[in-house]
Amino acid sequence: MGMTMTQKILAAHAGLDCVKAGDLIEADLDLVLGNDITSPVAINEMKKFDANHVFDKDKIALVPDHFTPNKDIKSAEHCKIVREFAKKNNITNYFEVGQMGIEHALLPEKGLVVAGDVVIGADSHTCTYGALGAFSTGIGSTDMAAGMATGKAWFKVPEAIKFVLTGKLNKWVTGKDVILHIIGKIGVDGALYKSMEFTGEGVASLTMDDRFTIANMAIEAGGKNGIFPVDEKTKEFIRDHSDREPVCYEADDDAEYSEVIEINLSELTPTVSFPHLPENTHTFDEIDDIKIDQVVIGSCTNGRIQDMREAAEILKGRKVAEGVRVIVIPATQKIYLQAVEEGLVSTFIEAGAVVSTPTCGPCLGGYMGILAEGERCVATTNRNFVGRMGHTGSEIYLASPAVAAASAVTGKISQPAELSL
Amino acid sequence: MKANGTAIKYGDNVDTDVIIPARYLNSSDPKELAQHCMEDIDKDFVNKVKPSDIMVGGKNFGCGSSREHAPISIKASGISCVIAETFARIFYRNSINIGLPIVECAEAAKAINDGDEVEVDFDTGVITDKTTGETYQGQAFPEFMQKIINAEGLINYINSK
Repeated sequence: MGMTMTQKILAAHAGLDCVKAGDLIEADLDLVLGNDITSPVAINEMKKFDANHVFDKDKIALVPDHFTPNKDIKSAEHCKIVREFAKKNNITNYFEVGQMGIEHALLPEKGLVVAGDVVIGADSHTCTYGALGAFSTGIGSTDMAAGMATGKAWFKVPEAIKFVLTGKLNKWVTGKDVILHIIGKIGVDGALYKSMEFTGEGVASLTMDDRFTIANMAIEAGGKNGIFPVDEKTKEFIRDHSDREPVCYEADDDAEYSEVIEINLSELTPTVSFPHLPENTHTFDEIDDIKIDQVVIGSCTNGRIQDMREAAEILKGRKVAEGVRVIVIPATQKIYLQAVEEGLVSTFIEAGAVVSTPTCGPCLGGYMGILAEGERCVATTNRNFVGRMGHTGSEIYLASPAVAAASAVTGKISQPAELSL
Repeated sequence: MKANGTAIKYGDNVDTDVIIPARYLNSSDPKELAQHCMEDIDKDFVNKVKPSDIMVGGKNFGCGSSREHAPISIKASGISCVIAETFARIFYRNSINIGLPIVECAEAAKAINDGDEVEVDFDTGVITDKTTGETYQGQAFPEFMQKIINAEGLINYINSK
């Protein structure tokens, strides 16, 4: 019986010729990731190990990004624990404020993940690197500690859902709309414990940034990982960012899938997830006037340069509607600088938006844009759970940067077409 | 080993943001986290929870963030076991890794009422609703996970290898 792309990567890292869904395996890790919230718990767990040292100082990435620059004294103490641990263990890939960015935008940019890798991260959106043809998945702090100490992790080999993409996205329809559409179709537990493997001729037309956004939200369908085949675009991205050689795996023709779902990209339209679950999706033919108080454009889902460009294209020469607060957060220092050099930051500021240093801040209701009771936000982030961005009586509408920017201008949930774009 | 306690019941898709809101994640102290456990879904939870109580959820319990603070806060609040129709996978791993017993059993999760007295036998996987007298067969852990649980967590298990 054939293997899926995910199963092939896992088999190779477990030293096995073949694995099948349900097998329990122990796999070698190429990278272990943690942030300022999850790493302190992992570092504390590390102390319980008989051998209290890291397996490979080059294969651990520590990125303080959630509550940084430090939002309060307690966060500062957590960041200090991570910083001192990194120093003590000579961790190569510790990224201090000034070099850091939101972890899942930063790691591919720094070339730390290539096709064929197995990556675990103590952050649920670690699944993002599937866009590069790697197996990557979120785990908790104890697994992170074990990974840092041993370089290994146990996995139950997942079965997979195959998404066959056909057609091509229309203008102002993006990777975000693709993944929201999919989550709306299969539900927030539609891929529970499973791989989401994206294939088909439609993949070629998707940019790398689109693919990162799609893989990033696999977890929002309950998925263990989301993964794309490696094509010329992937190889070019890896060549541009990393010195490491990618290892390309392809699913066997006779691989078994629990389900095959066809998505015609040409038929998709801008999609919005209503409160309080990502599966609660709507398209604009069924959206009435919904007034908003805030717009957030950023996060590990949509803080990349393509997202900044799309938002700026809409905001160029326009003004943010009265009474609406717009927060733009480029995901890394490099993206921030690029946005400055391309004039995007000027466009945002002239339109009446604020531009922040990279941080996860508002996405998880940490800081930099907390909502009051009764307030509504259109956000390019990934979760719209109760209280996620602030008061339990506030509401988050998940959308693409294009929809978020158009909504910023009109003051209600809008698509670019409403601005004659 | 058995857990015995009063059921505190919630619905589907209980996410880790409502289990422990991110505004409290500037702490990693289990006692402090327990003071805010379930705050955004049930403000009264911290007042009503008693040592050894059993939490019951619907589908996809623990979905969302990978924060281990979620099972840590539940364990530190005194909960002896979580029963749900299904668990989100990271929450499932995290619970086993920190030694919070969790059992997947759709029938029990649907049938048990809030306030029922419940017993869970971890050796057999049998769940008994002592209030209604009904019994249910929960999913047994694979041998590998049982070893982690018996070692009281992943780190001890690795140390013992």
